[in-house]
Amino acid sequence: MSQAHALKRKIVSIDPSDEVKYNFYKTLGDKRQELPPLGIDTLQVNVTRLCNQSCVHCHVDASPRRTEQMDLDTANRCLEILGEHQQIKNLDITGGAPELNPHFDHLVREAVKLCKHVMVRHNLTVTIDGNPVTGESKSYLPRFYAENGVEVISSLPYYQEYFTDKQRGKGVFEKSIQAILLLNAVGYGRDDSGLVLNFVYNPAGVFLPPPQKSLESDFKRELQRKYGIVFNNLYTITNMPINRFKQQLKKLDAYDEYMTRLVNAYNPAAAEGVMCRSLVSVGYDGRIFDCDFNQMLDLEIRGSGKPMTVFNFDYEGLTRRRIIFASHCFGCTAGSGSSCGGATA
Amino acid sequence: MDYYDPKDLKRFSEMGKFGQELMKKFLDYYNAATGEDGALTKREKALIALAVAHVKQCPYCIDAYTTQCLETGSDPEQMTEAIHVAASMEAGITLIHGIQMHNALEKQGAL
Repeated sequence: MSQAHALKRKIVSIDPSDEVKYNFYKTLGDKRQELPPLGIDTLQVNVTRLCNQSCVHCHVDASPRRTEQMDLDTANRCLEILGEHQQIKNLDITGGAPELNPHFDHLVREAVKLCKHVMVRHNLTVTIDGNPVTGESKSYLPRFYAENGVEVISSLPYYQEYFTDKQRGKGVFEKSIQAILLLNAVGYGRDDSGLVLNFVYNPAGVFLPPPQKSLESDFKRELQRKYGIVFNNLYTITNMPINRFKQQLKKLDAYDEYMTRLVNAYNPAAAEGVMCRSLVSVGYDGRIFDCDFNQMLDLEIRGSGKPMTVFNFDYEGLTRRRIIFASHCFGCTAGSGSSCGGATA
Repeated sequence: MDYYDPKDLKRFSEMGKFGQELMKKFLDYYNAATGEDGALTKREKALIALAVAHVKQCPYCIDAYTTQCLETGSDPEQMTEAIHVAASMEAGITLIHGIQMHNALEKQGAL
């Protein structure tokens, strides 16, 4: 099936006029680039859309009101896939707040037993807030992460309260600092511990992220000076023009300006490193997508005329697939690039 | 219609219409001076430019350098301090000219 057909079939969350104006395929053609899959080294699994926060930029539209959860059968099938494929070295667990899935601890423990590198997209405040629906405490998380050698990757939009609370809600910065100190206390972020703590910066408005290395220096200096906090790396990512952030852009009458900036900042070197070339993203219902953004736009990967899921997982087929691109992909290819691991160029 | 239309900033290169060579020289110089790391970082240059934009009250430059400051890693607190530097310089410049007034008063025998 052609990429154009693949796109036409499932354009439920995409405005066709945007695809004409901001045509990613045309840019690839103009630059004479093709971006086929390179393999699958990471299985990214989105286990829930429930979150204790409701951030203004969230591409998942996660909040305390969401109810979608991955069930145990699907989580176990993800573990089987990891066990069957040595090529897939990493499990990247995301949400929502992934810790709010009832099978989260099981998924982490079993993946560690399979000798997989486990990364968790941890929003920090869930350790302090607990489960917003049941009230269950999550204060065990720092110790649990340390015991399982999990790489913790946490959003921290800025080293000051203003930008962080503006984006993630009042009081989030203070709670984030408390949670980071708990992670530091069990060894996270310390060079000799082997426990990796990375932060993720994304802009608090309609602008592109600053250079990753210089901002990382600022974060390290200021967080150490003010709170005695240590961490390993800072990843800068670009806000994706989809879902909640897209609504915000439209409200500010800034959508076209933002898209034009992304298109003008297209960087072929950054495009070469886009994450969809080396991972696949699993939804809470087991369906498989090129990335977490395509998942939220319902741009599913199909095989043999039906959606590919973890239950008909086909590694070889996935490595031969044509990745579905759309206008939001300019968010990953602008400037220094943007991925789950930060800048790509 | 506003006298200053934000969209006009994108038309800046039209200033080469009747003087392409000079405009090119200007843009090369401008981009080298403001858009590259040198003895000063791009971030420091953006803060200086933001301060100058306020002193000269150029709405195009205020828009452009607000974005440039954010994209080079400055925050609103630092950007506000840059404007205070500009504002205090302007106040000091006004006040130091009071000495000229004193000189004039002296000439007239009033001081």
